[in-house]
Amino acid sequence: MEQHTQGSILPVKTIAVLCGMVTVAVIMSFGFKEEIIADRHTRQGMEKDSAASVAAFMDVYKVLMSPRCMNCHPAGDVPLQGDDSHIHSMLPQRGKEGKGVYAMKCSNCHQKENLEGPNKPPGHPDWHLPPASAKMVFQGKTPEQLARQLVNPKTNGNKSLQQLIEHADDGLVKVGWNMGEGRTPPPISHAEFKKAWITWIENGAFAPKGK
Amino acid sequence: MITLNINKKTYNVDVDPNTPLLWVLRDTLGLVGTKYGCGIAQCGACTIHLDGNAVRSCVMPVSAVGSKKVTTIEGLSEKGEHPVQKAWLEHDVAQCGYCQSGQIMSVAVLLRENKAPTDADIDAAMSGNICRCGTYLRVRSAIHAAAELQRKKA
Ligand code: FES
Ligand code: FES
Repeated sequence: MEQHTQGSILPVKTIAVLCGMVTVAVIMSFGFKEEIIADRHTRQGMEKDSAASVAAFMDVYKVLMSPRCMNCHPAGDVPLQGDDSHIHSMLPQRGKEGKGVYAMKCSNCHQKENLEGPNKPPGHPDWHLPPASAKMVFQGKTPEQLARQLVNPKTNGNKSLQQLIEHADDGLVKVGWNMGEGRTPPPISHAEFKKAWITWIENGAFAPKGK
Repeated sequence: MITLNINKKTYNVDVDPNTPLLWVLRDTLGLVGTKYGCGIAQCGACTIHLDGNAVRSCVMPVSAVGSKKVTTIEGLSEKGEHPVQKAWLEHDVAQCGYCQSGQIMSVAVLLRENKAPTDADIDAAMSGNICRCGTYLRVRSAIHAAAELQRKKA
């Protein structure tokens, strides 16, 4: 009888201990996620300066939230349009690759270059939204949320920090400063943006806390 | 001189390279099945196929066409036997007809890429083709019918 009781208690204890260990491991993996991201910058030998990083990011944020950038990083699956970021007329959909669907592909109207005349479709050979697998939403994000999203490979299209730095010179990014008549450019120049972007990343890519 | 391949024929046109393709189709070549609605890529009346994509010819500079193949409503089928054209007649879709060649060219792309579109697929594909006569419900039912015809043919 005693043996029987012990026999049934032991596995219960074992299970309890195992559950506890698993829970601690799960909490640790979540709890330290941000640390791991920050730590990676240190290991690359970068001098961390959180104040300079955060200050630079606030300039970056102003650009990314300007209509020229945010309009193609919408919260939904339809891009935005105009200086007031209204929903794109005719409701083109993102599609799997971010290039539209069926008879409504981005490049059906957006040519390789801007067209002459106010508010004509702006152009670039590779006009698109982020793909459905990594929507990279800017619309509605706080500075803290956006900074975290930008450095996390799971939410930034699997980019390393080096690739992020290079992304400042991406053709479609630069088009933001050359969008044709009738569209207000981002608040600072591309050169100033690039400087702020690199300063933010090289100083540790800190996220402004609570902003 | 700019050389264009339209509906399987070669044309040489002497026009300013910035001229929109729509103007060349209609005014220079007399292919007036493609319509001019807005001229700023908003309505879909000028939709043609460029290498199979439903491009808006009013915002496409003729110089950007290059060697790509242009198909207009006149070249969609030899004798109007494309399933979309057949379904359009059966369902008497057109009212004034102005938007219809653009509608048909857009549907042809939809049905090539999706053999059995749902209403949501149709909305996603056709939201850029505006009809001032409001034939949208007939457009929708004719698309389902055309999909059916296409499946039977296959
Ligand atoms: S005429 Fe080209 S979209 Fe309206
Ligand atoms: S049928 Fe008249 S505009 Fe569509």
